[in-house]
Order: sequence, then structure tokens, then C-alpha cells
Amino acid sequence: MNTTGESITTDTPEAVSGVAPVVQTMALRKVFGTLVAVAGLDLRIERGEVFGLLGPNGSGKTTCIRMLCGLVQPTSGTATVAGFDVRTDTEQVRRRIGYMSQRYGLYDELTVAENLRFYASVYGLVGDERTARLAEHVADLGLGTRLNQMAGTLSGGWKQRLALACATAHRPDLVFLDEPTAGVDPAARRTFWETIYALAERGTTILVTTHYMDEAERCQRLAFLSRGHLIAVGTPSAVVAHFGAKSVEDVFVQLQAKDEQDEKEMKQ
Amino acid sequence: MSVAMQIRAWTAWPMLWKEFITLRRDRLTFALMTGLPAIQLLLFGYAIQTDVRKLPTVVLDESRSSESRALVQVLQNTDNFLVIASVPDRYVAKRWIERGAARVALVIPPDYERDIKRGRTGQAQLLIDAADPQSSGAAIAGAQLAAQARGAQLLAARFSLAPPVEIRVRPWYNPAQRSATFIVPGIVGILLTITMTLITSTAIVRERERGTLEQLIVTPIGKTSLMLGKLVPFVLVGYVQMTVVLLLGTLFFRIPIEGSLLLLYTLSLVFIVASLGVGLLISTIARSQVQAMQLSFFFLLPNILLSGYIFPRAAMPVPAQWLGMLLPLTWFLEILRGVLLKGVGLGDLWQELGALTGFAVVLLAVSVRRFSKTLD
Repeated sequence: MNTTGESITTDTPEAVSGVAPVVQTMALRKVFGTLVAVAGLDLRIERGEVFGLLGPNGSGKTTCIRMLCGLVQPTSGTATVAGFDVRTDTEQVRRRIGYMSQRYGLYDELTVAENLRFYASVYGLVGDERTARLAEHVADLGLGTRLNQMAGTLSGGWKQRLALACATAHRPDLVFLDEPTAGVDPAARRTFWETIYALAERGTTILVTTHYMDEAERCQRLAFLSRGHLIAVGTPSAVVAHFGAKSVEDVFVQLQAKDEQDEKEMKQ
Repeated sequence: MSVAMQIRAWTAWPMLWKEFITLRRDRLTFALMTGLPAIQLLLFGYAIQTDVRKLPTVVLDESRSSESRALVQVLQNTDNFLVIASVPDRYVAKRWIERGAARVALVIPPDYERDIKRGRTGQAQLLIDAADPQSSGAAIAGAQLAAQARGAQLLAARFSLAPPVEIRVRPWYNPAQRSATFIVPGIVGILLTITMTLITSTAIVRERERGTLEQLIVTPIGKTSLMLGKLVPFVLVGYVQMTVVLLLGTLFFRIPIEGSLLLLYTLSLVFIVASLGVGLLISTIARSQVQAMQLSFFFLLPNILLSGYIFPRAAMPVPAQWLGMLLPLTWFLEILRGVLLKGVGLGDLWQELGALTGFAVVLLAVSVRRFSKTLD
């Protein structure tokens, strides 16, 4: 496939830091039946980065995240997260990551406080430590006024904030956010990104997928996926320059058009 | 102790805590768990009467004699027949049966008494609507019984003899032969089967549908903790249901409790776990709550038909009996009826306990294996 030939890496992360990467994949591949969802992905994400994973629908973003979380088994290739192999040390990986799915994974019939308490306990937080940690966390995320409200009755923005809180109360090394701001109003999206940057400043690595190009431009580095292939990695400006485009959005539109073109050719 | 073990030990607790809160707030499940036993009990306990009594009967008495009246009386005494009318001729008798107003017509010919007095056999005719074999069977048996009794009486009077043979029947365990005594203990079993499989299967599939299962899978929670947290609250639901049925059963249907309740509750645990296992297995197969419900009801049907809950297993063809042995309920019914009606102890229930334990272990093992902590 000609797309692989265009693969570039603009800045080399090893040069930036000597520390081991939080995520490193080599030739990571996932096949569902005849569909190649992720085709040999090489990715390296450094500690404390806000890393964006972009691509049209069906480009393999969610599958990629799911492999890194141990939700689906890779067909071949290797991936380490926080220094552990996702295949063999899945449980070690799970303890060090937070995951916020597109569907949030909240219990509607539990209150905000109960959802937080439940997820904190599942990660092994107990007693006074849990109480203290959650109190701090609630203050950081501004959930204090909603503690006794049922999660099911929260608006989209609050749900999203609670989901982020549930995914990060155990202070993971790395947080996966799979389209976290889909269907949320602009004001809520802004506060959400402020929270994400606050997390990153504390050394938490963020891996986020999004369809919003303003959000993509907020990421420190981006990776573009197209039909399972990694097409470009780098800072937003480097990626834009590489494609000779005006903005990240232009890159996106170009890629999508190319995808559709390729698909037509394949059919013929 | 390693960190891994610490975390595993902790993870069952939050699951339990969460499940109890959810259960308390889920009004439908709560209603299902307390209301369903009561409704089922009333429905099944009152409506399902397999013993046929008081079939509406019309009499065409052409003999109009003391003998013919004695025959009618003997028939009535069996309690299988209830004389509702006298009819003038055969045509009218036929119409009563055709209309469904009567199920039985007794025809006593004009020379009935004369024949008896002359030492010949007095012949009467019983016309039965036999479309429903169960009730007509009762009518036939009742009529034969009545005829024999009357015959013996007449013979004894004529020759001043005692009857040469007599069998004294003692119906143990259910002397009044009430079907409620047989059915109500079964309701405990069928009810546990329904709710345990249904609640468990839908509860897990619901987490899958809502995306919370995906969330749980990414956490370090152990597979066993996840399942334990799901199952333990339902064991309690099962016990509550069982207690409701037993209480109402003794209050309203005078169900005897001959044996040890402690034994019954202990043995029930194994059955409850086996039923939860069925629910778990369904949850690993079903992709939506609707599917889980359909599969649960699909499983329920053979339980009603083959377990001996209503229809006697002894009357079934052998392959159906074998199939019945594959259902936990079949074995549990033996325990229920054994302990409640016969008052038997553990010594007589080893086989049943063994079978149920086998079901529980196999079902749980298979479900836990099938339930992988991945999405693909």
C-alpha cells in the first residue's frame, strides 16, 4: 500500500528525553476476520506528553487504544505500556493506566460520589487514603456540588468530567481518552482540556483521540492513522508542514478524500 | 503478600458494595424479587388444580326407583361428580354436554331396578366428554369405583357376607390428595429457576450494553471478584424469594414442613448457585438484554415441562425422563418435596445433593472460562 511509504517521523523523541517511553509499540497489528484494523503500528509516547491520535472513522484509533489497554489481544507485534508488555503483563498495565471510553462507563444508578468511590476501590484504594485522595480529586475537578446527584441524571459535560475523575483517581501513569468530548458543549470542552493539561503537568501522560481539530491542535504531538496505517507523527505544525496544508483540519480532509479514493480503486 | 494479591482480595468488596446499592435502587428488580413470588404462588397455587373434582353431571333417570337414586348418591359421594340437573331424555342430555354445561351424563334405563331385583346385572350408562383426558380419566375412575362399591354393597346385603377382599389405601404425605401440597413446594423451585437465571444473565449483559463492563475490564479487578460481586447479592435475593413462598405457602395453602428447614436452606444454596451458573452462562452467550431474556425463557420451558413440577415424570417417555435429569430443578424438586412433605434427612438426599453440586461446579467453571477479560 502506498500510504506506508509516506510514513514520516518529524521529531525523534529519544533526543528529547533519555527516559523509557510510556508507550512503545513495534509492528503492532490487529486483524478482525478479513479486516485489518491496525496494520503494523510503530509508536513511541514519552512521559508527560499530551499525544493525539487522529484519523477518520474506522482508521483503527479505538482498536489501537483497546490493544494498549489489554481490552483486545494484538494479532501480532509488541506493545509495552508503562514498561509492561500488554500481552503478558496485562494486569500490571491495567493498574497503571486510566481509561475513559466513548461511553464513559459510569453507573447511572450510583451517585457521583459512589461512582468515584467504586472505581477508586477497584484500583485498591481504601480507607482514609481513599477518602483523602477522593476529596482532593473532587476539588481538582470541581465535582463538589454534584456529589450526591445520580450519575444518570448528569448532563453530558458533567458525565464526561465524572468519567475522567473515575479514570484518574488512582493517579495512573497514562490516561487513554477515546473521543472524550464527543457530544459535549464548547464550554465543557474547554474546561475539560484545562483539566487534561493540569494532569499532564503532574506527569500523567495523555493519549487522546478526537474528531475536533481545535483539540488536535492543542496536543503536543499528533499521530495520523489512515485505514490502520500510521501516516504521520509529529507536532501539529510539523504535520501540517509535511502535508503542505494550511491546518490540521486540511490534513484531515485530505486524508479522508484519499481514503475514499483508495477504497474506490480497491473496489475496481 | 504481593501487591497483586492485595488488589485481588480487595476487588470483590467494591463489586459487592456497588451491587447492593444498585439492587436497592433498582425498583423493578426489587418488585420482581418480592412481588413475583406472591403472584406466582397465588396463580399456580390456586389455579393449577390437577385433581379433578365435581364434574358437572346431568342425570337421566328413567328407572325412578330407590335403586337408581342410590346409584346417583354413590356417584356423588365420590366427589368426582356434581349433579346439576335432571334431564327428560337422551337428546337433552346430549345438548347439555355439547353446550359444555355438563361434562358427564348418567343414563339409568327403566328396567335398572327390576334387573337388580331379579338377580341380573343392573346396567347404567355414563356419557363422558372425554376431550380432556385428565378430567375424563377422573370421571371414569370415579364411576368404576362407585359401581364396584354399590355392587359389593348389594352382594353383601343379598348373601349377608363380608366382602372377601378389601384393600385399604393410605395416601401418605398428602392424605387429603390436595394438588397445592404437591405444587407449592415446586413453586419455590421454579421461581428460583426463573429469577436466578433471568437476573444474573440480564445484570451482566446490561453492564456490557452500557459500556461499564468495558470499563471494569480495564481495571485490575479479578475475573473471579467480578463474578462473585455479581452473584452473592442474588443468592440473598433467592433466599428472600424462597422464604416468601414458604411463608405464604404455610399460611394460605397449609403446606406441611415435616423436615428440617435448616437442611432445606443449606441444600437450596447449591441449587441457587447452579441456577446462577445457568444465568452466567447465558450472559456469556447473549449480546443484548433481550437475547438474555429470550434465552432464559427458553431454558425455563423444559424446566416447567420435564422437571416433574406439574407433570409427573413417571408418566413421561424414557428419553424425556433422561432429559429431565439434566435440569437442576428436577433434583431440587426431590429435595423440596422430600424435606417439606416427607420429612426426610440428608441421608436420603445424597444423590440429589451430588447432582446439584456437579451442576453448580461445571456451570460456574464453564462460565468463568468463557467470560474472558477481553472484548474480542
